Parts: sequence; C-alpha cells; structure tokens
Amino acid sequence: MRIPILKLHNYLLISIQIDLDDQTAIQFQEDLLSKIHESGATGVVIDLTSVDIIDSFIAKVLGDVVTMSDLMGAKVVLTGIQPAVAMTLIDLGIHMQDVPTALDLEQGLIKLRQELEE
Amino acid sequence: MDFQSCVNIKKEWDIVGARQLGRDIARKIGFGTVDQARIATAISELARNIYLYAGTGKICFEAIEDMNHKGLRIVAMDDGPGIKELSQVMEDGFSTSGGLGAGLPGVKRLMDDFDIQSEDGKGTEIKAVKWLR
Repeated sequence: MRIPILKLHNYLLISIQIDLDDQTAIQFQEDLLSKIHESGATGVVIDLTSVDIIDSFIAKVLGDVVTMSDLMGAKVVLTGIQPAVAMTLIDLGIHMQDVPTALDLEQGLIKLRQELEE
Repeated sequence: MDFQSCVNIKKEWDIVGARQLGRDIARKIGFGTVDQARIATAISELARNIYLYAGTGKICFEAIEDMNHKGLRIVAMDDGPGIKELSQVMEDGFSTSGGLGAGLPGVKRLMDDFDIQSEDGKGTEIKAVKWLR
C-alpha cells in the first residue's frame, strides 16, 4: 500500500487515512524523501486526523522522517493528532518534543509559512 | 461474556490484525476510545516483540469479570529464545533492535496488571489486563 503525497505550491500534503503497518510506514518514509528531492518542496504537512493508533515503531518512523526531511532542508509539521493518541504516546514514554505539531491542517500551513518566512 | 480468541503472529501484517481484533473486543466490552487506543497500542507492542524476537507466536484475548469489574486480558506467548535481560527490558530506553526501547515498560504503563514469565531458550509469556472503570 502507498500513501499518496500531494504537491501544493512549495508544500507537500499528506493525509494518512489507513491503519499503518510497518512496511507501509517505511515505504512512506522513502517516498516522502524522494518527493522532497524531486519537487524541491520546502514545507511538508503530515495530517494524522484519521490515525487512531501510533505505537513506538510508527512514532519512531514519524520522528525520523521529520529529522531526515530537516536534513534535506524541508520543514515538516504533524497535524491533527487525536486526544487518545496523544495520551497513549505519553503513557508509552514517547514525548516527541522536537517534532513541530499543529492542531489541524490549516494551523499546520500557517505554522509552516511563519517558520519558512523567518 | 467470556470468550477467548487468538491471533497467530507469523508475518508483519499480523501485528495490525491483532490490534484491530483486540480493539474490536475492547469496544464490545465497553471500553471508551482512550482505553481502546491504549489496549490497541499495547497489543501492537506485544505482537511486534513476538514478530521481531521470536518469529512466531500468538496473542489471545479474553473477556474477564471479577466481583465488580469487567476487563480484558491479553496473553502474548511464543516459543522463542526467551529474554535473558528481564530486568533490563523493563527499563525505559533499553533496546537491542535499534527501536525506542518503549515497548515493554510502555505496555506496563498502558495496562493495569502486567506479568511476564520468560525462560532462557524456552519462550516468553506476557499477561496484561485492563479493567473497565
């Protein structure tokens, strides 16, 4: 299964709408990095509104893809993390403190614009 | 309600299958969304451990009831190599696989009761219970 990555001006938009298995998560990591490379995108929003579970593996993949994209010069914002997912992540001991987040897609785009214009 | 259902863990996709079944059972017992997420996440961690370290095993779910509570018991078992460093794997951040090391201590925090039996060379059995509040 492949997760679609949409391009909008200088941004890439991703909405994850499936129950992520490990293979799909790793594939997504690769796909996103190649898409950043070929499109020259400077900002990425990954929307997690429809994701109802993030375990330690998926959290690691998401955290890594933020750092990897940052190395390439693209800022990533994660948006729409559900209350139950936030509570579960803290129980697991995963704080994701270095990962930029926003409430929803709209706030995510505003955050990206602010960060990229500074 | 007392029933038992099991999922065999053989391939990576079974991790997703196990947590989906576990979540469905949790919902039927009456757990709210947050506890459903906690239970599904705990199952995901246990199933991944089986897949990564033992290769194959199974996870069983059982609706349980004591005097005034309903609950869900998850039993994860495998005939893998067992865990030598039992006290270390219960420490946050300890990992032999390059992961976050959040797995077992995380499961313990997500659930209410947690019990692990592991014998070197003979496999591992983990029992975890979440009670309905």
